[in-house]
Amino acid sequence: MTEPAPTPVTPTAVTPTRDPRISYDAGTYALRLGDDALVLAQRMGEWVASAPQLEEDVALANIALDLLGQARPLLSYAGSLLPGADGAARSEDELAYLRDERDFTNVQLVELADNGDFGRCVARLLVFSAWQQELYASLAGASDDTLAAVAAKAVKEAAYHRDHATQWVLRLGDGTAESHQRMQAAVDAVWPYVEELFEPDAVTSSLAAVGMAVDPASLRDPVLGYVSAVLERATLAVPSTRVRHSGGRHGIHTEAMGHLLAELQHVARSHPGASW
Amino acid sequence: MSAAAATAGEWPLWEVFVRSRRGLSHAHVGSLHAPDAEMALRNARDLYTRRQEGVSIWVVPAAAITASSPDEKDAFFDPAADKVYRHPTFYAVPDGVEHL
Repeated sequence: MTEPAPTPVTPTAVTPTRDPRISYDAGTYALRLGDDALVLAQRMGEWVASAPQLEEDVALANIALDLLGQARPLLSYAGSLLPGADGAARSEDELAYLRDERDFTNVQLVELADNGDFGRCVARLLVFSAWQQELYASLAGASDDTLAAVAAKAVKEAAYHRDHATQWVLRLGDGTAESHQRMQAAVDAVWPYVEELFEPDAVTSSLAAVGMAVDPASLRDPVLGYVSAVLERATLAVPSTRVRHSGGRHGIHTEAMGHLLAELQHVARSHPGASW
Repeated sequence: MSAAAATAGEWPLWEVFVRSRRGLSHAHVGSLHAPDAEMALRNARDLYTRRQEGVSIWVVPAAAITASSPDEKDAFFDPAADKVYRHPTFYAVPDGVEHL
C-alpha cells in the first residue's frame, strides 16, 4: 500500500497515575482491535486486481486502506501501553511485522481465507463491519481519549463498509439461483466464527467497568439484528449451526493465519530496518 | 440490467457528475461500470471522491445521454463565433462574484 495513510490519531501519553493493571488491559484491548483491523486489511488487499470488476477493486482497496488507517493508531497506542522487555514502547511496525502468530489477538473471523470467493468476502465484511459500526459508535463515548478518538473517526468508515457489504449480499442473495446458492454457502461458512465477536473476558469486563471499553456481549443483539434483517431481505437463511470457533483473542488461530502472516511480514523480516 | 448484459458478464456504463462544493454545478468527471444505479452511485463515491472532490454525486446511464455529433459541429457551433454582443463584456463585474 503506497498511498499516504490518513493523519494518524496521536496516542495520548501514558498517564503515570493510571492503575498499571488498567493500563495493561487497555493495551491488550487496543491490540485486539488493531489486530482485527490489520488482518482484515490484509485480506481485503488480496482482492486488488482480482475483484469481479475494476470498480470493485477500488472499492475493496478503499475499505482495506480504511482498516489499515484504523490499525495504525490502535497498534501505536497498544505499543505505548505494552512496552517490550527492555521497557521501551513498541512501534506499530514492530507489532505488525515482528510478532508471531500466537501473539496476534484478532478474532478468527478476519483471518479466514476467501480463496477467491467473492461471496465469502462480502459475507464476512457484512458481519465484521456491522460489529465494528456498533462497537465504534459506543466506543466513541469511552473514557479513554485515544480509543474514543479512533472510534469517532472510524465509525463513519465502518458504516460505509457495512453499506457496501449490504448492497452485495442483497444483490447476490436475491439474484440468480446460482448466486443465491453461493451466497448462502458463504454465509454458512462464516457463521461459526460470528459468536467470538461477542465473547467478554476479564480484560473487557475490567475496562467496561470503568467506561474504557464496550462490553462485547452488549453488541450481540444490535449486530445480529442488523445482519439477520439483511439476510432476510436477501432471501437468505440465518444459519442455525451451533458450531462456534473461538480462541483468537488468546492467540489461537486457524490454518489460514500462518499463510497470511507470511505474506504480511516476509519483506520486513527478510530486510530488517529497510525503508522505502 | 438487461439479461443479455448480465450473461455477457458486463455491467452497463454510467456517466458521473460531481458537485465539488455548494454553489457550483455538477460537472462531468468520468464514467464507470455498475450493475445498477445504487451501485453506480457507490462506485462513483469510491472512484471519484476519494480525495474530497465532492459534496454531491449524480450518475446517469450513458445510454440515456443524447450527444451532439461531431459531424454537425460546423452548423451547431460556428454561427456563434462572430456574435460578440452576446458576451457580457460591456458590463462591470461586481467584486467578489467568482462564478459568473
